[in-house]
Amino acid sequence: MAVQGGYGGLGWLPRFRGLFSALIGVLGLLMVWWLGGMAVASSPNMFAFADFAPAPTFSRLWVMLESGEALAMTGPSLYRVGMGLFAAIIVGVPVGILIGRSPAMREITNIPFQFLRMISPLSWMPIAVMAFATWDGAIIFLIAVAAVWPIMFATAAGLRRIDPSWLKVARDLGARPLHLLWVVILPAISIDILTGVRLALGVAWVILVPAEYLGVTSGLGYAINDARDTLEYDRLAATVVIIGVIGFCLDYLCMAAIQRLNWVREDG
Amino acid sequence: MLVEAVGHTYRRGDGPVLNDVSFQVHPGEVLALIGRSGCGKSTLLHVLAGLARSTNGRVEIDGALVQGPSLRSVMMFQAPSLYPWMTVAQNAALGLRFSRRHAEIAARVPEVLRLVELEAYAGRNVQDLSGGQQQRVALARSLAPKPDLLLLDEPFSALDAFTRRSLQRDVRAIGAELGLTIVLVTHDIAEAVQMADRALFMTAHPGRIAADSEINLGDARDGASPEFRAEVARLNALYAEIAEVEAPSDPIHPIPLATKLKEASS
Ligand SMILES: Nc1ncnc2c1ncn2[C@@H]1O[C@H](COP(=O)(O)OP(=O)(O)OP(=O)(O)O)[C@@H](O)[C@H]1O
Ligand SMILES: [Mg+2]
Repeated sequence: MAVQGGYGGLGWLPRFRGLFSALIGVLGLLMVWWLGGMAVASSPNMFAFADFAPAPTFSRLWVMLESGEALAMTGPSLYRVGMGLFAAIIVGVPVGILIGRSPAMREITNIPFQFLRMISPLSWMPIAVMAFATWDGAIIFLIAVAAVWPIMFATAAGLRRIDPSWLKVARDLGARPLHLLWVVILPAISIDILTGVRLALGVAWVILVPAEYLGVTSGLGYAINDARDTLEYDRLAATVVIIGVIGFCLDYLCMAAIQRLNWVREDG
Repeated sequence: MLVEAVGHTYRRGDGPVLNDVSFQVHPGEVLALIGRSGCGKSTLLHVLAGLARSTNGRVEIDGALVQGPSLRSVMMFQAPSLYPWMTVAQNAALGLRFSRRHAEIAARVPEVLRLVELEAYAGRNVQDLSGGQQQRVALARSLAPKPDLLLLDEPFSALDAFTRRSLQRDVRAIGAELGLTIVLVTHDIAEAVQMADRALFMTAHPGRIAADSEINLGDARDGASPEFRAEVARLNALYAEIAEVEAPSDPIHPIPLATKLKEASS
């Protein structure tokens, strides 16, 4: 294509702008990390932590990926987060629909729920440990306790999106209560539920690591603790990278699902 | 359809909204319900549809008591109220889906979409359609379960005049073709004359039938013809007569606006 005017040659730029910005951001982060590593290495007090720097971290990460260690520590964590989120959805969506549909329910539950929500999920730890036979059960419980609130409140808020005439038309066309739920209510609020799940996933992923510090001998949180105890700081840093990358990917998947399910037309 | 001594009082309302409403609709007849805003037309239609239980009286369709929503009668509202996450065809199939007549969907949905001239839009999202097209989808959705009775609550009042006129004509033609009984709620006398065989006039507080008048025009109704205009004029006069009788007992507008303005300026 011929160059048209002064900017013609750069016509492709806007399309790659997002990619460029992302690249600059990632390089910036690596830079800060690298500078931090240099500072640590040159300081006599902190010399022992030099393995936190990018170079040792990435070479260790490569080893961990090749040996399957990375996969082995990730599997149990994903299982716990998945089960915790599942439990949170099973509880949060129905209760959310209930408080979204019934003003009385909303008024009754408002104070108790706001109160419970503000309690750090980790403070349930001793109770969870007593109540559940396995550490896995306790961790899943803690994740579910953290994840249930965003899902519940997003679901309840989503019900405001429902046009009452959708329910009236459906009833007139012979819909039974289960039809109303599956054909009208759930599709109408699917985006809100998924937005709640996305927020919940963020919280759950944060809670996961401290929850895995206790009891269990598998998972990413355990790996962090274990690496600290054995003074393998490159392994510790590599595990941190794995946690970050997986968290990022899970969030991205949620976002993609939200975009796919979104039936609202912005350009109406 | 037989409507007998229907009365209705809302739990949170003040006083009865409907009182002793009785009339009969013959199979295949198009009946217009005309009355001022708030006189209880929508309430009556909800009762006829089985969406609301009246406090008094009874409604029968072909001798069967109306006790809840049924696909023998389907209602259409001012807003199309389509489900925006579904395609045109999925929307049209809902009545059959809810009543577990899945086997009929494949044949019936294209059929009703052809009736409303939207067969080319079957796979489109309903949000891509114009207001008039959306109302046509709502009509197709109402027709798909093969109801005997169509209840229309001002279904065209949100449309522009041109679209409204073509839909009025089409609904009357489709109704005649399918042998549907239609009850049409409207504010617009010309719309009643365009579509109906008979008009019922309602008064408010409480809502009751004040007049019942045949509309004696054939099937070819031309809005510009003298007969049509004469019919509109006649019904307008009838409506004015009723409104005059009704006005003094109206608690919302106790004094006609013109009188008020005169008093204010003097
Ligand atoms: N759910 C309700 N609770 C209490 N009162 C109601 C309720 N719905 C309607 N009303 C009252 O009943 C009366 C009749 O209402 P309705 O909707 O049937 O009128 P309408 O004739 O359809 O009016 P419009 O032409 O404006 O649609 C009104 O005075 C209204 O305020
Ligand atoms: Mg109304």
